[in-house]
Amino acid sequence: MTAALLGALAAAVPFVNGFVLLLLTKTLVFGILAMSVDLLIGYTGLASMGQAAYLAVGAYLAAILSVRYGIGLGCDFFWVLAGGLVLGAALAMGFGLLALRAAGVYFLMITLALGMVVWGLAYRWNSLTGGDNGINLPGWPVCGVAFRDPVADYYLVFALFVAVLAGLFILVRSPFGLTLLGIRESETRMRILGYNTWLHKYLVFVIAGACGGMAGVLWAQVNQIVSPQDALLTNSVDALLMVILGGSRTLVGAVIGAAIVLFVREYFSTFVTWWLYVLGAVYILTIYYMPEGILGAVLRLGRRRRAGGVGGLPAAASASPRNPE
Amino acid sequence: MKMHWMRFGPAVCAAALLAAALAGGSPAAAQEELRIGFAVPLTGVWTGPGADMKHGLELYLDEQHGQFAGAKVTVIYEDTQAVPATAVIKAQKLIEQDKVQIIMGGAPATEGYALAPLTNRFGVPYIAPVVSGDDLTQREKAKYPLFVRTGWTSSQTTHVLGQWACEQGIKRVSIVAADYAFGHESAGGFQQVFEDCGGKVVQKIWPPLGNQDFGPFLAQIKHDVDAVFTVLVANMPAQFAKQYKAAGLTPRLIGQGTSADEFVLPSMGDEALGYVTVLQYSAALETPKNEAFVKKFRAKFGKVPGYYAETNYTSAQWIDEAMKKAGGKWPGSKEFVRLMAETRLDSVRGPLRFDDMMNPIQNVYIRKVERKRMFGYPDAELWNTVIKTVPAVSQFWTYGKEKFLQQQVYNRDFPPCRFCE
Repeated sequence: MTAALLGALAAAVPFVNGFVLLLLTKTLVFGILAMSVDLLIGYTGLASMGQAAYLAVGAYLAAILSVRYGIGLGCDFFWVLAGGLVLGAALAMGFGLLALRAAGVYFLMITLALGMVVWGLAYRWNSLTGGDNGINLPGWPVCGVAFRDPVADYYLVFALFVAVLAGLFILVRSPFGLTLLGIRESETRMRILGYNTWLHKYLVFVIAGACGGMAGVLWAQVNQIVSPQDALLTNSVDALLMVILGGSRTLVGAVIGAAIVLFVREYFSTFVTWWLYVLGAVYILTIYYMPEGILGAVLRLGRRRRAGGVGGLPAAASASPRNPE
Repeated sequence: MKMHWMRFGPAVCAAALLAAALAGGSPAAAQEELRIGFAVPLTGVWTGPGADMKHGLELYLDEQHGQFAGAKVTVIYEDTQAVPATAVIKAQKLIEQDKVQIIMGGAPATEGYALAPLTNRFGVPYIAPVVSGDDLTQREKAKYPLFVRTGWTSSQTTHVLGQWACEQGIKRVSIVAADYAFGHESAGGFQQVFEDCGGKVVQKIWPPLGNQDFGPFLAQIKHDVDAVFTVLVANMPAQFAKQYKAAGLTPRLIGQGTSADEFVLPSMGDEALGYVTVLQYSAALETPKNEAFVKKFRAKFGKVPGYYAETNYTSAQWIDEAMKKAGGKWPGSKEFVRLMAETRLDSVRGPLRFDDMMNPIQNVYIRKVERKRMFGYPDAELWNTVIKTVPAVSQFWTYGKEKFLQQQVYNRDFPPCRFCE
């Protein structure tokens, strides 16, 4: 399923026009951020509302390095990517200490506040960030191929996306990943079983931050402009909605959600002015008829068919509502 | 057989190419087409101004029956949502997919800063009727040779108001300005000129962009100042004057033109009377050209046009004039910008010409909100009566280009608040 989807994404390139290709590229970049949110909310049960902060620090890192020091315009771009990863992780290390003191809605509020702190810095720290006007990047990196070419850029982003997806896929299926699921279901029980649940949550928070930071570097590179809007709450909320829309606890669902949101907002809006209603309708219909998200619903149908039953028990069980905790 | 193909191959190819060229060329020969990509925010905080911008352009196109100098004008509208990253992708769509020759639009300065490099990279002229970020035609102009500003710079108008405030004997002023580049630059321009002629700015208060509850900010305003200078935009001004009066504040209100733009006047009441603002346009401008414009616009869209509408109308006219010089045929990007540069315009807002940084030199009007009847309309309504016209104002005010460009761009901390208490 996942492989087919990826294959389609890779093969799609020659058949789409430049605008759609750009949107696909953006989808994959934002998809990385959305997957990091899925890691938190879907697998660990931590609803983060501040994920745009990591996107923003990665983006500002790329912008500032390239504009001020000319770093990241050649093959050293990959070092900048690594830098974004590290910076995102470092920020999450700091924020995690604050945010993970709380759970549930309090965790959500703290991450929201921390996200706004980053936005405030981007907005106010004029000498570093250019304030409201943002920073224009000087161009795309050249490393063997010139990534100014949208197709080359797409494949670069695609490759990195697949790498992150594979990494996270392995992570969530590892024993560590299973402890995260355990924490999501019942943190108390996990603690009684002897797990240091705080540390596990902290680690996954840092990993999510690292993904966000790396996505940020790509985000800057694809848009060629970084502004405080990138750190805005709406981006964090978007990422969360994308996960819910596509299906949480699936990783790939986050990307499907990203594709739907971005395509309605930026592609569909080129045809009609009432695209906001469409987006609203998509959200409402999904919540009503596919509360486990689009991919979640597809997977459930698949399981039901395999089980050969009509409304069989396994399907119902897998679609069970979240732990009320 | 094979030999034949090889021998005739080039000839066949040439014929095919010729046919293709003819096929491609024939519609163009029938009628020239000018394709304009119009990218403004049509959703979110900027919905109101965005719609006005669109209407201004539409009105001019209607008047010209959709043709500039014989060329058929096709406008493709895109919603930028006031997000720079979205503005970029939409503009790219307009250029690559829709093959537009000109990009027009942008509302907040951030969109201008996003669109200028992109359009430049694609070699497409970018006409900015609204985007007023100072540096786009100042310290950064050299980077964007295809950038043409048909509107104004944020501080171009407030310089004038600073001088006027001194002339009125205003000594101490508090500033309340939206906390983003436009607010900073507008306030900076006012402060610099006002303090140069002996005034004192005693406090600066920065409510966030889009803020509508001014309670906490009004509480900070000193009661003993002579005037409060405001820079409010989009959805912000409607509530401000009301809350200001309700808070018992009495210092007179002055401000940037957007604080009492025509698009917000209908939702204001008598509390706005006497509000003095400054802009390169007023709907109450008593010239035959403007009267005709206001009447046509109001008949078509049911409201009095503000500057957002006027500047897009005028920009379209400017493009039209340049196209006339080009003989109705798209002259190429560089040549088009050159033709724009040498075009002087007799516009709705007054005489216009470009300085050598592609920003208009234009009249700036000091306007005062009054309730009266205008242009034969039956009801007494709020209008921005022009109380003073300052002709041919440059973006560098009276400082001169070289001297002006040596100082940094106005920002939150520049000019420094020397007299803040």
